[in-house]
Parts: sequence; structure tokens; C-alpha cells
Amino acid sequence: MTAALSPAPDQDDTRRVALLARLLPLLPTGGLLSDPEDIKPYECDGLTAYRCLPWCVALPDSEAQVIAVLRVCHVLQVPVVVRGAGTGLSGGATPVAAGVVLSLARFMRIIEIDPLARLARVQPGVRNLAISEAAAPLGLYYAPDPSSQIACTIGGNVAENSGGVHCLKYGLTVHNILKLRVALIDGEVIEIGTHALDSPGYDLLALLIGSEGMLGVVLEATVKLTPRPTVAQVVMASFDDVTQAGNAVAAIIAAGIIPAGLEMMDKPATAAVEAFVHAGYDLSATAILLAESDGTEQEVAEEMAAMCQVLETSGARDLRVSRSDAERLKFWAGRKAAFPAVGRLTPDYLCMDGTIPRKHIAHVLTRIEELAQQHRLRVANVFHAGDGNLHPLIMFDASRDDELDRATALGAAILELSVEVGGTITGEHGVGIEKVQQMCLQFSADELAAFRGVKAAFDPLGLLNPGKAVPTPRHCSEYRLTGSAR
Amino acid sequence: MTDLTEQLRERILAASSAAPLCIRGGGSKDFYGCELRGELLETRAHTGVLAYEPTELVITARCGTPLAEIEAVLAEHGQCLAFEPPRFAENCTIGGAVAAGLSGPRRVSAGAVRDFVLGVKILDGAARELSFGGQVMKNVAGYDVSRVMAGSLGTLGLLLEISIKVLPRPVAEATLSFAMPQAVALDKLNQWAAQPLPIVASAWQDGMLSVRLAGARAAIAAAVQMLGGEKVEDGATAAFWDGLRDQHASFFAGMPLWRLSVPSVAPVIALPGETLMEWGGAERWLHSDAAPATIRAAAASVGGSATLFRADSTLKATVGAFAPLPLPLLNLQRRLKQIFDPHGIFNPGRMYAEL
Ligand SMILES: Cc1cc2nc3c(=O)[nH]c(=O)nc-3n(C[C@H](O)[C@H](O)[C@H](O)COP(=O)(O)OP(=O)(O)OC[C@H]3O[C@@H](n4cnc5c(N)ncnc54)[C@H](O)[C@@H]3O)c2cc1C
Repeated sequence: MTAALSPAPDQDDTRRVALLARLLPLLPTGGLLSDPEDIKPYECDGLTAYRCLPWCVALPDSEAQVIAVLRVCHVLQVPVVVRGAGTGLSGGATPVAAGVVLSLARFMRIIEIDPLARLARVQPGVRNLAISEAAAPLGLYYAPDPSSQIACTIGGNVAENSGGVHCLKYGLTVHNILKLRVALIDGEVIEIGTHALDSPGYDLLALLIGSEGMLGVVLEATVKLTPRPTVAQVVMASFDDVTQAGNAVAAIIAAGIIPAGLEMMDKPATAAVEAFVHAGYDLSATAILLAESDGTEQEVAEEMAAMCQVLETSGARDLRVSRSDAERLKFWAGRKAAFPAVGRLTPDYLCMDGTIPRKHIAHVLTRIEELAQQHRLRVANVFHAGDGNLHPLIMFDASRDDELDRATALGAAILELSVEVGGTITGEHGVGIEKVQQMCLQFSADELAAFRGVKAAFDPLGLLNPGKAVPTPRHCSEYRLTGSAR
Repeated sequence: MTDLTEQLRERILAASSAAPLCIRGGGSKDFYGCELRGELLETRAHTGVLAYEPTELVITARCGTPLAEIEAVLAEHGQCLAFEPPRFAENCTIGGAVAAGLSGPRRVSAGAVRDFVLGVKILDGAARELSFGGQVMKNVAGYDVSRVMAGSLGTLGLLLEISIKVLPRPVAEATLSFAMPQAVALDKLNQWAAQPLPIVASAWQDGMLSVRLAGARAAIAAAVQMLGGEKVEDGATAAFWDGLRDQHASFFAGMPLWRLSVPSVAPVIALPGETLMEWGGAERWLHSDAAPATIRAAAASVGGSATLFRADSTLKATVGAFAPLPLPLLNLQRRLKQIFDPHGIFNPGRMYAEL
């Protein structure tokens, strides 16, 4: 941002002081942080390469307080960045310098679980896994299971339309939310969706889910609960060749099977994970596939046999089927801990998130390896193969020469590759600030203008999470000038 | 396989708020929504399956492609549209199916049209081609405009192309029937739904509950054992469920026909008339002469809504096809309409007078 566009510092300071004075009486004791030391933990989300200290962090504990905070920010025209657990990987919760971070961490109550209607009504700060834990005694669970599910909140899940290892069969967040209570930036509260399966009018639920905290603040969510399958079993298949593994994914689907989960890890990822969780992964394999089947006992037996056969004919060198639920969870533990496991090997990493047609998996993995070499960096791949949703993890050390720049450039090249093969720059982590430039690659000027229209329909002043997800026309012309875009 | 984009574009450019357009595919759903207004803009000739690879689980087709053609192509590879869009007539198109946003019996387990829409290409009110979403399973780049198109009844734009997720057809199916009153059926259906059973659809009418199972052979056999009931002869089941899906079943004859979308646990709704209940209790069709306001209030009182599905035009004109929206929601919807169709040339009033 140029100096001419931001207010003069002293003017800025006056606004900040005025804002704090207005917010303080609205919030409970300890509910307003402005000391640099106190707000430091909020300076970034899971995308740690981007950091920014906001003016303050508001931690309301009632809906009325949230609304009051929004009203003040609206009147004073101060930007608001909503924050759940801060596990986002695209910078969606990165603060804005002259703005407020509105943390919903204190909204941790599961309001109601209705076992007959198979739904849970929860506050936005409830952790994803907490819902499944609370529903477990009733034989139910909340299906979308991001690997961050111990920490991430349902509010964040809604904002990002998060997925998990089971979403090929059970859907993404958008398929599992029935109703939202949402505060708009001016403090008005709306309810969208119902406990019925549909409601009249445009599908605002679809619009809100995945809107990256830019359209409204989720105050409450009603989520669908799914009956826990009687049994689940996972097979771990080792391949000597990435192409074979990629083709095996297509072959499973061609056989009419929709596995409950279908994940892939390459050799560097397997090595990192095995050192971390000791799950007995095959360290000599070039690629490992994890394929899960769930359902009734008979169903699983039938499907598992079919899957093993397909894997074998596809060239799997070794198959290991879980013999107990403990073993199954152990196999998955590695996959779910893959990011932190890679994180142990490198000071910093960037997690990419492109989704591509499955048929290009092998080609894209090969290209990523070539690009990594060109940029003199290492990449580990661990991803939702069934959905074609890749997660190349770019390892680097931000404190060394130009590694951050090279990592960013490699990331951009991988995103461009995803678009080139007919895919998208983000499958589940969101655009945030990380990929805002590559939006110019995937969408035309008219399409981006439509997104800006949608934003303005909810937030005419552009105060909710400004600068994220939807690029300005200027962003795009700059991006094109730097030559990254074709 | 014809590309009609240019002709469609010209018609849109020639339209105005004084001379709006009535977008129409096969015309099989002319009865749905409010009154048709504007000059007819037919999409039926904009046809062709543009991409289909069974292992990608996606089909992309032009809007005028007959649903029958799409389903036939999918069937060749053992796949299907799991949301079972109704085929009110032979000539219905994929564009119409998505725009209407209606789903059939399996919706309760498989999901609705909107759950399967992966991407769209539209012509907006300024005749600009815009693409949202894509052909991949997961895509969170930009707001999810393509799902919003499902059920928007052509009021936001002309759907040129649609990419839809497809699924393998179930290996095996079976239908069971049980004699029981509606309240008991509701109880059973909700209890069953909370268990890992392969129930994919249900229908209750006249004291008879039918339950459709689908999935692996062994799972069906086990469920048949566990649930009991009377096994319906396999030869008769397809016609039965198609009759519900396509509304050829005799129940659907006659007007007015109301569709109540309610929580599945909502108790029996005490309104005079005949009821047919689908979707595990979440969809209740009603032939009733009760006052529209009474029916709408009854649906709203259990947290649902009532659509006047089939009725003569006078009744529709008086009470509207769809339940009125709370003002803040209506205002948001108006603003969305403004973005894509600022001059109001697409299907004005088909959903709500204000859109
Ligand atoms: C180790 C690791 C593994 C991960 N694995 C997965 C995975 O498998 N699948 C996946 O999809 N993601 C994954 N993620 C990404 C991340 O966990 C998800 O995006 C998650 O949904 C973010 O939730 P959060 O509560 O941390 O949100 P935050 O990071 O706090 O915020 C994310 C976005 O949501 C907005 N937001 C938060 N709460 C609200 C609210 N109440 N109302 C409106 N907007 C709100 C914020 O403004 C921001 O834009 C992973 C992250 C990590 C660190």
C-alpha cells in the first residue's frame, strides 16, 4: 500500500484510540487486547509467512457483544477480521493493520444435539472434533474431518468449506450444514437454511459457506450428524511408481467403488511421517495409497475384497489391510499428522492446495518434482487422491537468503500448473491472501467483478476481511505485469 | 451437438426490462414457480455432452441436452445422477433440471441438485459469458456461485453449460413395504436414519410405508433381515419409484398440490386432505383445500416452508408459488439479482415478484 492511500500516522492513532474507547465497555474483562505482547499470538494464522499486528483483538463471549463490536466497527468504518482457531493455511485470518481481530474462541458451547433429527446446533468456536466426540455416545458423528480437526473450529470450517479425508463419500462442509445464524457487518442477524432439507429463495447457504469470513460472521451452525458405520477398514498399498499409483486411483473409481477415504503419500512424505508416528509405513515405496471402506460388516468385506483386487491389478507391490480398529487408526494417524511431521523436518513450509482431474495426478506430480528442482527446493506430497486435491508441501527456511521468495515462486508455479490441467488453485484451504493473485489466473475480469458484487451485496463498505480472496483489478494488472500470468 | 451461444447472446442483448425473456428448456416445468412472463427464449437446441470421463465422476453438458440423453450416457458406464431429478416430460433438459433445483426420492440420502453442481458457465444479463466452479470435485476459489444457480429458476442468468458430479449406480436395490400409520412411519424412519442402514429413499401414503434400500448386495440382504416388512417384487419397484420421481403416480394428479419441506422429525401436520410423504419425512406432498395461509403457517410452525407446487394461475398469482421471505433475506436476494441481471430481463417474477 502506498503512503498516499493510508491515513497519516497521527490521524491513525486518534482513530485507534477512539475505537478502543468505544469497544472497551462492550466487552468482558480481558476481552479486549491491544498490548503488542498480548496480540502477538494473533499476528498470523497457519500461513506463518504473513504476519501483521492489528489495532486490537476483541474476545466477546456473547452474541450481543459480537453484534455490538460489529456495529462500532461499522460506524467507525474499521475493518474486522474474524478468527476461529487460526489454523487456516491461506492467511484468511491474517489481521489487517488498522483493524480489529474478532476472535470467536470463547463460543465453545454445543447448544443442542438432537439424535432423532441427527443434527447438532453449535456455537462457532466449537472445535470440529468436539462435535463428533459429543455425538459419539449416540452412534453419530460429524463427517467432514479436516486433519486439523482437533483444533479448528466449525466457524472456520464454514468459512473455508473445509474438507477432510472422508469427503469423497461424505461430502464437504457445504454438504453437511443445514442452517447458519449469521451477523452481517452492520450487526443485523439473519438465519439462512432450516432444519428441513431446503428452503425457498436463492441458496444463500451455498454462498456463505466458503466465503472466507468476508460476507458475515457465523454465530451459530446447525450441522448434520451421520450414523457411525458399523465397521471401517483401511488398506495400505505400496507402489514403486507414481504413475501406477495415480492410475490405481482411477481404477478404483472405474470399478464403481467410492471409498470412504482415498489418500496418497509420496516417499518424502512417508519418510517424514514414519519418523514421527511409527505406523509401520513402507519406507521403500515410491507412493503409498490408503483406501478406506466403511459400512456394515458385509459391505466392507465385499468392498475391501474388490479394492484389494483392483490395487493388485494396478501394480501394488504390497497390500496391508488393517486387522483392528486400533491398527486402522494407526494407519490414519500418519496421514493426519503429515503436515506437522513434515514441519519437523524444515523450519518453514508452504502447503499448496490445488485440485486437478484425477487423470493428471501422475503428470502433475512429475512436473512438481521438476519445478522443485528448478527452484532448488524440496517438496513432499500428501493428498486427497480420491478428490484429486493435492497438497504439495514446499519445505524452506525463511531465514536463509532468498528461500522464501523461491518457495513463493514455486508455489505460484504449482498453482498455475493446477489451472493449466483444468483444475483449481484451491480445493479446501481457501484463497485468503496467499492465492489472491492467482485468482486473476483462474477468473476473468468479469467473473471477478461478479465476486466483488456478491461481496458488496453483503458488505457494501468492504469492512469484513478486506484484501482477501477476491483480488482488486489493480492486483490483477500488477500480476500480469510481473509476467507470472500468461 | 449444437452451439447456440451466439444466438442466445443476441437475444439477451436485444432484451430489456420492458421486453424481458422467459428462458425455457423442454418446457416440462412451465407449471413450476409463478407466472411465465417475457418472450420465449428456448435453449433446447443448445445441446451436447462436452466432456464425460467416468473415472473423473463428472459430466459437462450444454443446457439443452435432454436429461434422458445424459442418463443414457451415464448408464452405459454404470453411473447415474444420484439426486434423481424429476422428468415431468420426456423432453426435459439438464439446464431446466438444474435451474428448477428439484430432486427426486434419493435426495434424502444422496443430496440435492445443488450438492452435485460442480461448475456452470452462464450468460449474465449483459450477455457476458461467466464461469464459476469447475470440473473438479473440490473447489473453493471464489464464492460458490454455481451452486446458487441451482434452484434459481433462471432468474440470475442463462445456464449455458453445467458440470455435474455423477456416482456409480448402486450394485443392488430392494424395496420393503410396511403397513403403518403416518405417525409410526415418521418415528421408524427417523430411528432408522440414525443407524448405518442402506436406506436411500422412502414414501408413505395411505397407511403404507415403502422403503428403498441400495448398496452392496450383502448389506441389502442384512438390512432386509433386520427391518422386516414385506419385500416388494423386484419387477415392480423401478416403476414405483419412477412414478414418485417423475410424478406420474396417481397421487400427483389434481390441483392444488402443495409441497411442504419440513424437518424430518416434524410430527404429522394436521391439515385436511391427502398426504404423500417422502425423504424420510422431510418432504410432504399435500392435496388440500385449506386456506393457503393456513398451510404456510402450519409448515412454518414446524420450521419448514410450503410451496404451491401445482395450482391454477389465479391461485398462484394471489398467494405466490414460494413462501414469502423475511425482509432481510429478500433484500440480500434482490442485491444478488442486481449483480447478475441488473435490468431484470431473466424470468422476472418467476420466483418472487421482487426478483
Ligand atoms: C495441520 C493442518 C492440517 C489441516 N488439514 C486440513 C484438511 O484436511 N482439510 C481442510 O479443509 N483444511 C485443513 N487445514 C486448514 C484449516 O484447518 C481449515 O481451513 C479450518 O477450517 C480453519 O478453521 P479455524 O477455526 O482455524 O479458522 P481460522 O484459521 O481462524 O479462520 C479461517 C477463516 O475463517 C474465517 N472465520 C473463522 N471463524 C468464522 C466465523 N465464525 N464466521 C465467519 N468467518 C469465520 C476467518 O476470517 C478466516 O477467513 C489444516 C490446517 C493445518 C494447520
